[in-house]
Amino acid sequence: MPRSGVLERLGRYRFALGALVLFLLYPILDHNPGHVNAAADAAVFALLALGLNIVVGFAGLLDLGYAAFFAIGSYTYALSASPFYGIHMPFWPMLLLGAIIAGISGALLGAPTLRLRGDYLAIVTLGFGEIVPTVFLNLPKYTGGTNGVVGIDKPTLFGYSFGFNPVPYYYTLVVILVLSVIAVLRLRDSRLGRAWLAVREDETAAASMGINLTTTKLLAFSFGAFFSGFGGALYVAKLGVVSPEQFNFTVSFTILAMVVLGGMGSVFGVIAGAGILYEFQTLFLNDLTQWSHTIGTAWGISLFTQLNFVDLKFLLYGLGLILLMLLRPEGLFPERRTRAIIKERVAAEIPPEDVSAAAGATGAAESPTEGGA
Amino acid sequence: MNWVLFSQQLINSLSLGAIYAVVALGYTMVYGIIELINFAHGDVYTAGSFVALTVLVFMGTTHRMVGVALIFTLIVVSLVTMLVMGATGVVIERFAYRPLRGRQRLAPLLTAIGVSFSLENILQLWKGPSPVPFPQIIANPFFDIGPVSVGQMQLVVIGSSLVMMAALHLFVNRTKLGRAMRATAQDWMAAEIMGIDINKTIALTFFIGSVLAGAAGVITGLYYGDTWFINGFRAGLIAFTAAVLGGIGNTTGAALGGFLIGFIEVMTAQYIGFQWAEVTIFSVLILVLIFRPTGLLGQQLPERT
Repeated sequence: MPRSGVLERLGRYRFALGALVLFLLYPILDHNPGHVNAAADAAVFALLALGLNIVVGFAGLLDLGYAAFFAIGSYTYALSASPFYGIHMPFWPMLLLGAIIAGISGALLGAPTLRLRGDYLAIVTLGFGEIVPTVFLNLPKYTGGTNGVVGIDKPTLFGYSFGFNPVPYYYTLVVILVLSVIAVLRLRDSRLGRAWLAVREDETAAASMGINLTTTKLLAFSFGAFFSGFGGALYVAKLGVVSPEQFNFTVSFTILAMVVLGGMGSVFGVIAGAGILYEFQTLFLNDLTQWSHTIGTAWGISLFTQLNFVDLKFLLYGLGLILLMLLRPEGLFPERRTRAIIKERVAAEIPPEDVSAAAGATGAAESPTEGGA
Repeated sequence: MNWVLFSQQLINSLSLGAIYAVVALGYTMVYGIIELINFAHGDVYTAGSFVALTVLVFMGTTHRMVGVALIFTLIVVSLVTMLVMGATGVVIERFAYRPLRGRQRLAPLLTAIGVSFSLENILQLWKGPSPVPFPQIIANPFFDIGPVSVGQMQLVVIGSSLVMMAALHLFVNRTKLGRAMRATAQDWMAAEIMGIDINKTIALTFFIGSVLAGAAGVITGLYYGDTWFINGFRAGLIAFTAAVLGGIGNTTGAALGGFLIGFIEVMTAQYIGFQWAEVTIFSVLILVLIFRPTGLLGQQLPERT
């Protein structure tokens, strides 16, 4: 490939590269270990959002139990590198193995269920998202039950142990995130990636062009789950403990909210969505609470001193998701193709908002009633 | 096998299943007419028990009651709760779902998830993160039938659920509005041409579904003696499973599915362990969807062209 081609391609990603430089400098600029730790956690969620985006954004399948794969990746490392079984596998191969096991479990769930209509899939994944943590909870002999697994091994690199310092985790996560982004971008432009987008936009048309729907969807599920495995292993290695309640529905919901906020289908969008939402919930809501208390005390308004925005987090997410769907369903940083498809209306099956107009437009006889709201 | 224990648990499963059945009706009606999984429906059901609790406290009736006073209280509490929840359902449909109706399927589903999550958190802010006690205003003596016993509350639960199911069945099949609902579910465009106001009919469907959920919320509160903001999430998931098991869009199927799921849950708890009940139910859901996606009685969905 000619050199100018490479430069041109890098030029297309100049904003991403600029952001990457900032991310690499971040721990040097900000010495607060709490902030770096939050940034590392945000990077874990960015990995998760990247994976969920393959399922929801590329293939258009609603997965409401994505945290289940995150849990599987996390437990894979936790159980194979802790005093629980007395096994101490090295971190780096387990990082890959965790991702592979998560990917396989994605295929195992997908195989029987992906033939279903899209909305049935949503409810099955929701059920699966409930089952996985429940199984981990109910098998204390094998998984530690409620207490989970503690004392998980810290990764080492060339004899240097990561310990409890967030900085090396942060850099590892940034490197893995960059590699994952490259992989996902390549995947999206591959034959498979184009098949995903085709399935998302029109299943019937895609199938008639010779795309095997089940295999294509299955691979979306599997690849999506794969990236959550990376996130899981790094997340529990940094934290040192794992327990079932870290993977409840609110986690699946948060990752989904990140994907939707950033823009379904947009690789850089969902990473931005993850970063924004994570920093919003860990830093901004705390600050907002503090400001509100300060103002409340200064002006003597008791309502302001009682407000705790951190408690309102999930309410804000819920309302935010509704407003986003109503006002900007394509998210903050949409991909051009997604924007068009998500606003499209599927006429004949379900009555649209303005019923009489649609009935008239499809050539039906004129309605005798006024219809409409 | 201990048949006395089994029979006793069978009775227990009937009262649990009756509640699931009533909640499942709301899911199946909405899915039948606009093909939307109304995730918020389970939370409307829990909100019903919260509203009922508030009405009871407002009336100052938090102690056990008898006779006319009891019946009066029950009627007031049920009516207020059912109307409030019915209105809530209509508001949700009007402002969250209607603007997205007919859009690509992901958008309305995500909105429904958002509504559910918002409702849950409003309930949590309202009464706190712990289970809230619910006044036991109905005495609960047990009657022996041979070796097994039935609680009065269980009879109330099963009886009132059956009455509601029968009323819904009559409404859907015998009234003009019910016929409009069936017509809209079958082919909205033809229904519109025949002079049916589609928007009103869909709003009515949400109203009736939410009224039933509200009533189920009152019954649950009285039966279990507590309520909790998160109940709706699990109950909603299970009731939806019941609706799918019976055949989505099919009201008789939803009732049957509710009782079956109640049976599965109680028997799993008895013979395998209560902590596995949820796992069994969702496994049943997955198996049904794989082997008989139309449910036991067959689904009744809009006809496709």
